[in-house]
Amino acid sequence: MLQMQSVSKVYRTDLIETHALREFSLSVKEGEFVAVTGPSGSGKTTFLNIAGLLETFDTGTYVLDGENVSGLSDDQRSRIRNRKIGFIFQSFNLIPDLDVFDNVDVPLRYRGMSASERKRRIGEALELVGLASRMKHIPAQLSGGQQQRVAIARALAGSPRFLLADEPTGNLDSLMARQVVDLLEDINRRGTTIVMVTHDPELARRAHRNVHVMDGQVTDMQPFTAKPLVAASAVG
Amino acid sequence: MFSYNLRLGLKSLRRTPGVAALMIGAIGLGVGVCVTTLTVWILMSSNPLEHKNDILYAVTMDNWDPLQPMYPRSPELPPNQVTYRDAMAVFESDIPTRKVVMRKASFVLDPAHAEGLKPFAIVARLATRDFFPMFDVPFLYGGPWDEDQDRAGAPVVVLSKDINRKVFGGEDSVGRTLQLDGKDYKVIGVLDEWAPMPKVYDLTTGAFDWPEEVFMPFEIGIRQELPSSGNVQCWRNQTLNTFGEFLQSDCVWIQFWAELPNRECVERFQTFIDNYAREQKKLGRFERPINNRLSRPDEWMKANEVVRDDNRVLVGLSFMFLAVCLLNMIGLLLAKFLGGAPVVGLRRALGASRGEIFKQHLVEVGLIGLGGGVAGIVIAALGLLGIRRMYENYDALTRLDVSMGLIALGLALLSGLLAGLYPTWRVCNTQPARYLKTQ
Repeated sequence: MLQMQSVSKVYRTDLIETHALREFSLSVKEGEFVAVTGPSGSGKTTFLNIAGLLETFDTGTYVLDGENVSGLSDDQRSRIRNRKIGFIFQSFNLIPDLDVFDNVDVPLRYRGMSASERKRRIGEALELVGLASRMKHIPAQLSGGQQQRVAIARALAGSPRFLLADEPTGNLDSLMARQVVDLLEDINRRGTTIVMVTHDPELARRAHRNVHVMDGQVTDMQPFTAKPLVAASAVG
Repeated sequence: MFSYNLRLGLKSLRRTPGVAALMIGAIGLGVGVCVTTLTVWILMSSNPLEHKNDILYAVTMDNWDPLQPMYPRSPELPPNQVTYRDAMAVFESDIPTRKVVMRKASFVLDPAHAEGLKPFAIVARLATRDFFPMFDVPFLYGGPWDEDQDRAGAPVVVLSKDINRKVFGGEDSVGRTLQLDGKDYKVIGVLDEWAPMPKVYDLTTGAFDWPEEVFMPFEIGIRQELPSSGNVQCWRNQTLNTFGEFLQSDCVWIQFWAELPNRECVERFQTFIDNYAREQKKLGRFERPINNRLSRPDEWMKANEVVRDDNRVLVGLSFMFLAVCLLNMIGLLLAKFLGGAPVVGLRRALGASRGEIFKQHLVEVGLIGLGGGVAGIVIAALGLLGIRRMYENYDALTRLDVSMGLIALGLALLSGLLAGLYPTWRVCNTQPARYLKTQ
């Protein structure tokens, strides 16, 4: 699903060069739920941005769903983001003056779907996250957990091949965080590959595999065990 | 997608109503000022005889002072009117298919039969009968005088629609009698609405005045020795004791137009008036080099400086003012769009291409432009109303018509889009990753 080989990314200013990723290599198989951990500034978010085609990289190769994405144009990257990748962010990133329906609708609009198809998908996605009754609410009328579930519905509505989650529970209390993780596990069980960046060891334990990043490199990689998620959830 | 972008644009404007109002106001003010000056300029420079531009000619002959031209700033131009004796001599030519000599005179109209109406002054045009077909003057009732009445100076009049409404209540007054300066005149025609602007047929007094209220045969003015109420310009130092002496003088006061249907007619008529001038030279007149002109309506308007240079400068300045308004709008748009960059970053992350973001923001600036257009129409209408209040002669020039309204909307839309290009381009280049952590 995702294969990064020796990917490097350097941020340059007039005064300083920052090596965000150095010879970063990682492979994620289809159906995996991978947690990427590491201290602040280790390169987790840069990895996630590159994985989500939100940023380009300097050297190395990146194959996503069988396609080498190294030399793609901005428009091509937008299209792949829209069709294959779902994003979940720490701060939810909902558009404040759009209601829940319209927020979930955003990625579908850019896919050129018919109105009826969009409506069906939005309904299903909101049903899945338990917010079908809140379609006309604006984000400010929802709790943090509900907002994150809307963001998950938005990520899922387009039926992406894999989800990229950046600290998805970082802004939530423990109860809401648990609900969100339960939801992510459920989504993964349905076949969606998930790569999640997190600081939270509890949350990381719920993944199939933990990848530890330090100074822009993968330093530790637990093997894929395909452990039963229900059991994992019980352990967590 | 357009309707979606339209909805997003409206939402965005509602989110920042103050900034939106400022931008609409800026564009509206600029467009309003431009449309105000443009309206006046276009009407000033329009040619109401465009359709006859190739066949109608104002006839002028240089009988002026050999020591100095009539117009020191434009020494190449002959006087813009002709003397009576030259007019009558050239009028004998049968080369033009139609020809007209004319002048203005003032009368006091006594509406004895109109209750509550006191005698009042009117301005009349005294012209030969071809005036009406040559300048496409429309009749509501009756028609022009015939050739015999023309030649004999019969006491007949054609009324403007306004004066007919005022004196006869707008009814068909053909056959009724009108008293002018104590003399009776029979009404033989009433005009329909007619107000060519500029008044090309006589640019010597107020190019933007309304047409005269009463029309009558030219010969009446000669037989009754009526003084001209238009411009009379003389150069020779001579005492004129009688009307007869005035008619034979070198004073110019008659307007002369000829209808010449083709090039050959024009050349023949030019030769005719040049030969006439040569003959006059032998008699000690026309002492300047021969300079007789046949001017088309557009040339005539230009020669008489209907649109002055300061009008053009004013239009130029108004567009510069619009540019300043647009610069302000660019600043406001830039602040607004870059303020929304986090949402743009999010949309880009969710799959919007740069093109989609560009279109979305362009629709928004289009909305601002249209809003500015509506504001501009209101401001232009107020501006024209102001001009009308200050200069009553400009009444006909200061009316905002549908086409100018559409021009205002188009100009505002174009201005909005132009002003929006840079801010839109900037926001399109938003890197999606930059704002996702911080939104």
